[in-house]
Amino acid sequence: MVTIPAFLIVAVVLFGIGTVGVMISRNIIILFMCVELMLNAANLAIIAFSRALNVVDGHVIVFLVLTVAAAEAAVGLAMLITIYRNRETMNIDRFSILKW
Amino acid sequence: MFEYLYLVPILPLAGFLINGLLLGRLPRPVVSFVACTTVGLSFIVSLLLFFELKELPVEARVIEQVLFPWISAGSLHANIGFLLDPLSAVMILVVTGVGFLIHIYSIGYMHHDPCFGRYFTYMNLFMFSMLVLVLADNYLFMFVGWEGVGLCSYLLIGFWYEKQSASDAGKKAFIVNRIGDFGFLIGMFIIFWQVGSLDFRTVMQTAPEVFVAGGALITAACLLMFVGAIGKSAQIPLFVWLPDAMEGPTPVSALIHAATMVTAGVYMIARSNVLYLMAPDALMVVAIIGGATALFAATIGLAQNDIKRVLAYSTVSQLGYMFLACGVASFTAGIFHLMTHAFFKALLFLAAGSVIHAMSNEQDMRKMGGLKKYVPITYATMLIATLTISGIPGFSGFFSKDEILWKAFSSPYGHPILWVIGFVTAGLTAFYMFRLIYLTFHGRERMDDHTRKHLHESPKSMTVPLMALAALSVVGGFVGMPHLFGVTNYFEHWLEPVMAGASQDAASHALAAGGGDTGLELGLMFASVLLVLVAIFMARKFYHQKPELATQMCERLSGVHRILLNKYYVDEIYGAVVVRPLVNGSKFLWRIVDVLFIDGFLNGLATVYSDISQLLRTGQTGRVRTYATVFVTGVAVILALMLFG
Repeated sequence: MVTIPAFLIVAVVLFGIGTVGVMISRNIIILFMCVELMLNAANLAIIAFSRALNVVDGHVIVFLVLTVAAAEAAVGLAMLITIYRNRETMNIDRFSILKW
Repeated sequence: MFEYLYLVPILPLAGFLINGLLLGRLPRPVVSFVACTTVGLSFIVSLLLFFELKELPVEARVIEQVLFPWISAGSLHANIGFLLDPLSAVMILVVTGVGFLIHIYSIGYMHHDPCFGRYFTYMNLFMFSMLVLVLADNYLFMFVGWEGVGLCSYLLIGFWYEKQSASDAGKKAFIVNRIGDFGFLIGMFIIFWQVGSLDFRTVMQTAPEVFVAGGALITAACLLMFVGAIGKSAQIPLFVWLPDAMEGPTPVSALIHAATMVTAGVYMIARSNVLYLMAPDALMVVAIIGGATALFAATIGLAQNDIKRVLAYSTVSQLGYMFLACGVASFTAGIFHLMTHAFFKALLFLAAGSVIHAMSNEQDMRKMGGLKKYVPITYATMLIATLTISGIPGFSGFFSKDEILWKAFSSPYGHPILWVIGFVTAGLTAFYMFRLIYLTFHGRERMDDHTRKHLHESPKSMTVPLMALAALSVVGGFVGMPHLFGVTNYFEHWLEPVMAGASQDAASHALAAGGGDTGLELGLMFASVLLVLVAIFMARKFYHQKPELATQMCERLSGVHRILLNKYYVDEIYGAVVVRPLVNGSKFLWRIVDVLFIDGFLNGLATVYSDISQLLRTGQTGRVRTYATVFVTGVAVILALMLFG
């Protein structure tokens, strides 16, 4: 039987990888994937708690988050493609034109 | 008929609107037809009104027509209303009559000008403003006319605005006038403050109850209003604008800067005679300024070489005469001289314009001479005007000027010194006017060949007004012959209802002095005529028979001559005392106070904010990674605080 702390540790590790990825990556796609990683880390933590406390609410939340993440991925990837077509680069540091 | 009083000012306004709104769209004959007809009709209406007014009994000769209330704020009520009484009747006749003749003359004179329409538009606007000035029934509405004529004066002096000197002269006239207007306004405020009304009739009726005769308030009010008159009527010390106003077209000089507008100050004082009679000190100041100006300007006129400038200084001098008359409480004599002066000075200017026209725009008398045979009508009419202004018996100027001289001597407010000043001025006037005649029309022809070939008499439209004005100059004086000749002084009788206070005053004084000393009056009259004849003779000697004498004289008195030629350096003194400090002070305010302090403070403040912002914006890198790091750090800090804090 895998215990709750084990789930949580995996979740924290995943979340940490995601966070560090967001902070250091220059490539938008990697950045985007890191964000997904963070979301799923959170999902993992929620489902673990849900199991431990024996309530079903967590499952509902996780489904919701998955749906939102799917929608967000669709929109986000579309934007990424558009940006790439316009600027021919995936380097996030080049997309600071709103700053004067 | 009296209900048509409003037509007198409205007709020129209509002309102004037609010509002004359709500026540049109307052919020239239509423009001049509209402008002249409206003024001519206005003159006819004035004439009809005059005769109707004459039919009324003396006490009833005050017609007031209120068109509509204009300002009604608190206790201040001012109407758009017109007042026709003997005084304003004389004024509208003079203004529309002389104005009409000058409009006719302008058709010929301005014939070649590309801005024909603009000229007549301004002229009609001037006529409207001037008629409002003399017909208004309260001080405030009068002030509208007062400012209106000032505006038209500015526009017409600077009519040829491409010329730097003309636009400068226009500005000078306007600014100097503003100084006077300031005084006029304050005077008006005092009257309103004390009387509670600006309506002429109310003011004149209640003023004796409200003000203490000879008190400080009434004296201050009168003096301040006189400051306005000084500005408008070019008296010392604000006369400097009038000679420069000669930059405008000559008919403008004749109409505005000789016959009508500049006499507005005299009219205003005559209109306020009740107030002035209550302030003898103010009257004395008026008389002294008037006398001083008359003499001062006449001496400058002796040495000027520009034909129009001589006439300009002569105008200043004659206006001084009018103020001298007002100052000795002989307002009737002042208005009488105003009328005759309007005739002969308009004539002088128009004739000078005709000369300038013939001379291809040359104004320097040193380059004229011998014009008599080229422009006979101009010569004849100008000679008549010169005889009139010199005061040769029989011409109108003689009657009006002699009236003033006698009143200066005999009036209770008069003084022999004032008479001496007027007497000397009369001699100087005759001298410089005949100098002008001899230099221009007699002697050697000093113009170049090109100009001589083009010499021609002016067209009919110019000579006919000259002849009409010449006739008026000759006969105009007979309405106001002195009692001395055993005839009725119609003019004095006519104005009596308006000048009631003044005439009673003078009559009682005359009785006290033994019914007027006819022997003395006759003696003084002979003295002045004699002086005038001597002056004419001397002018003939200097400038006709032996021109070298004049040159010698100038050399011997070179110091005096230079001072006179440079007009006592008044412009230079004003430049040094008033204008330069003002300009330098303004430059100081601009460069030091404004640029250095005010702008410096504001710019400094902006720089500080900008620098702080520059510092802060370094945190805003525009990179997602930075923001994410800061965000995560923030979350970590908060978590740490929550967990361990």
